[in-house]
Amino acid sequence: MLEQHFLILPIVLPLVAAPICILLGRGQLAWLLATMVSAASFVISLTMLQSTIELGALSYAVGGWQPPWGIEIRIDTASALVLSVVTAISTLVLIYAKASIAEEIDSAQHALFYTAHMLCLAGLSGILTTGDAFNLFVFLEISSLATYTLVSLAADKRALIASFRYLVMGTIGATFILIGVGMMYMQTGTLNMLDLAARISAEGASRTLNTGLAFILVGVSVKLALFPLHMWLPPAYTHAPSAVSAFLASTATKVAVYVMVRFIFTIYGPDYVFLSMGMDVILLGLAIVGIFKCSYMAALQANVKTVLAYSSVAQIGYMILGISLVSAAGLMAGILHIFNHALMKGALFMAVGAVLLRTGSVDIRAFHGLGKRMPWTMAAFTIAGLSLIGMPLTVGFVSKWYLVTAALEQQQWLIAVLVLLGSLLAMVYIGRIVEAAYMRDDIDANDRVKEAPMLMLIPMWILVIANVYFGIDNSLTVGAAEAAAQWLINPSATGGLAQ
Amino acid sequence: MVPLIGAALVLLLGKQPNLREAVSITTAVVLFTLVLDVTEHTFNQVDMVATWVEPMPGLGISFAVEPLGVLFALVASFLWIITTIYSIGYMRGHNEDNQTRFFFCFALAISSVMAISFAENLLTLFIFYEVLTLSTYPLVTHAGTREARRGGRVYLGILLSTSVAFLLLAIIGTWATTGTLQFTPGGIFFGGESEEVLAILLVLFCYGVGKAAIMPFHRWLPSAMVAPTPVSALLHAVAVVKAGVFSILKIVIYIFGVENISAIASADLMLYIAAATVLFSSAIAMTKDNLKARLAYSTVSQLSYIVVGALLATSVAVAGASLHIVTHAVGKITLFFCAGAIMVASHKKNISEMVGLGRQMPITMIAFAVGALSIIGLPPMAGTWSKWYLLMGALEADKLIIVVVLTVSTLLNVAYLLPMPIKAFFAPGGQNQPPWSWAETKEAPLPSLIAIVITMTACVMLFLNPQPIIDLINLIPSVSTDIKG
Repeated sequence: MLEQHFLILPIVLPLVAAPICILLGRGQLAWLLATMVSAASFVISLTMLQSTIELGALSYAVGGWQPPWGIEIRIDTASALVLSVVTAISTLVLIYAKASIAEEIDSAQHALFYTAHMLCLAGLSGILTTGDAFNLFVFLEISSLATYTLVSLAADKRALIASFRYLVMGTIGATFILIGVGMMYMQTGTLNMLDLAARISAEGASRTLNTGLAFILVGVSVKLALFPLHMWLPPAYTHAPSAVSAFLASTATKVAVYVMVRFIFTIYGPDYVFLSMGMDVILLGLAIVGIFKCSYMAALQANVKTVLAYSSVAQIGYMILGISLVSAAGLMAGILHIFNHALMKGALFMAVGAVLLRTGSVDIRAFHGLGKRMPWTMAAFTIAGLSLIGMPLTVGFVSKWYLVTAALEQQQWLIAVLVLLGSLLAMVYIGRIVEAAYMRDDIDANDRVKEAPMLMLIPMWILVIANVYFGIDNSLTVGAAEAAAQWLINPSATGGLAQ
Repeated sequence: MVPLIGAALVLLLGKQPNLREAVSITTAVVLFTLVLDVTEHTFNQVDMVATWVEPMPGLGISFAVEPLGVLFALVASFLWIITTIYSIGYMRGHNEDNQTRFFFCFALAISSVMAISFAENLLTLFIFYEVLTLSTYPLVTHAGTREARRGGRVYLGILLSTSVAFLLLAIIGTWATTGTLQFTPGGIFFGGESEEVLAILLVLFCYGVGKAAIMPFHRWLPSAMVAPTPVSALLHAVAVVKAGVFSILKIVIYIFGVENISAIASADLMLYIAAATVLFSSAIAMTKDNLKARLAYSTVSQLSYIVVGALLATSVAVAGASLHIVTHAVGKITLFFCAGAIMVASHKKNISEMVGLGRQMPITMIAFAVGALSIIGLPPMAGTWSKWYLLMGALEADKLIIVVVLTVSTLLNVAYLLPMPIKAFFAPGGQNQPPWSWAETKEAPLPSLIAIVITMTACVMLFLNPQPIIDLINLIPSVSTDIKG
């Protein structure tokens, strides 16, 4: 009987686990439950991925109410791929978090951390799997509220301010999305995504729909930190607990990218958005400015977490760039980068968190001499950093390759050049940190630093090895991304219903 | 693969210096034997191809044996043995730290060189080209001082930037226009592409291969002089720079096709830029007092000889360029070894200090003279042959200005290389020298001395018997040492 309701498990499991965590109080049990739930979700999402690649989209009606009146869970390859990423990172971060939050979060609030994390996971899973536009907004708010809480949990007072700022901007973004959805409803009378798509293509453009689209895109851009709506991200990632930064950097913004893709390709359709409204030029321009401005800012920072935060905004620019190329190849490159960047950034933030644990600081000066004292951590950082720059044999290279190929396919030599120039800036900001770790050794306080605990090293290195493995043998990820892109550009009739 | 295993072993045996050194040498010898074996197969026209993995559909990391690659591999593996012997003497004489890291990165660098020489397509070449840059960075910054770090930053910065911004763009551009990246005799462009695209690609490739040090992207070479001398010897004779010009030769022969190059609009432009590099860097070399700096600029100049040969696009010129890989490697490594020996034995870095040094270090100075003559191109040294073929190639291509450039540059070579050994031997002894520097200096440590003598002998031997190498070169498609007309 459980198989019938398989598709809704990724949402239900964490949702149920959340209150249980807070009941379990401080200590190991909450952590254990959270990790197991997360791992279970991961396994489920992998099976979903397999099914969607073979069968096409899967559908499930919540509560037995059929769409388009009831809420539908609809999973296609894109959803399943991003869901796999989110759940995988969630599991790894939870393993990592046990040691990490011991230092960074007041112990009375540990249970709250796990609860918020579970809620966030539930929310993100909901966004990824829902087939209903308003439902998407609901889950978006759930996950956002959870993230505001997570960011504020750090013992550092600045986290509170960063979280508040994030809250304000995030709520504005979410409200914009709500207004946009409302406008769509007004025009079409439905909230189900597929139904919306059908009605919009039947009715054609109208001012209401255009405005609705504009609101939605702006709102989503806040969530995914597209330049210039990215201002909440650097302080939030810097002051949040390391485990939170690792999780958010790899998931929250990626899910927002997914939302944008969903609205553009599935609901409105690429012709509407790009041909009639010319959004591709705007998105492309903003993406490119974001890449350069934020890579440049990253190179100037003294706080390593801020470097990584700005780097994340730049990398999201790459994803949007891929999408704005309006081709299957570009979309595939963007989706692939969602996966690859999660691997890279997750590992990088974990490494920095380990440094914070052992040295008490994330200033670049704290890194001096760590090449010798924390060899495994810094090796992980270096490899993930090389991946970010785009060195061959890593996933970063694969992303860059496909992005440039997609650009050249459209005869856009200039864009190809710009993508590669962005890598040069990445070289600068990663190089500074690596150089500090290996080449300088003048901080006496670091003499007593030990290597990070196993519980932190193992998830870190799983990500690093995945980085290299998928850089060399990427048939799985590229195949999934390609399938996802194909489905998004040419959706055929819905695949078999889950019931 | 062999050097990789060696690298791992070196890392493990870090604590036991003698064992570790033994591993390095053994690996080097084993490697050379393997390469010799491959050479023999090549002469027998046996094809060897191997594919590892396919990161992207249709593009594998694969290796194939062809004569130019074999040539490079021979040079690299042979000189690796010698350099390892030399390094042991140098590192111990200087009491350097981090020797394990040094030999580990050494082995890693050589394995990437091997991968480059046998690369079957541009992707494989690019991957290991980058690995080479990264593995030599710790070698360059070995000293760990501020100058070392700065030098390392310039080194890494220029090499990585040129490879990502230009080379990768050229590679993906080639992939997008032709659908293949495989090295094929006669080239892979079959006339469907526009003139501008080909011209742009050629420029991108030439500048993208930053290791060939074409101006203005040559600055990394003198900056890398902060490295310990064995590293400079390896970099500037064996691995990094030769990988650069080797890549350009491979691209010229197998991606564009020797006959097609002259048709490309930008070929002449790059030819003249390379020729200008030859002259300017020779001129700069004359102004440098620091011996290693002078040798560095000399290398920049010599590398552009090879690029000139490649871009002249006649079969003889390309043959000359290929031969120059060998002769310059042997000559330059001798010079760098001597520079290092001088530093270890007498702690002198500047040429002005080396007056009269011939009395203390006669063997080293003779070797220096031999190496210098080889670089200049005078008989009875190996460099004669490669200069000869390059000149013939220039005549054949009707590019008289190149002949002039080559001749002038040879004169400049004399001007910046010969004064040193002459002053060392013939300067009046006790008159200008402060008395203290007489008694204490001695010859270089024995392993280093052995290495120097071997390379010096090689310079002479290659003059007397270049035939095996020439036979190998003649096996390269579209390349021949037969001079027509």
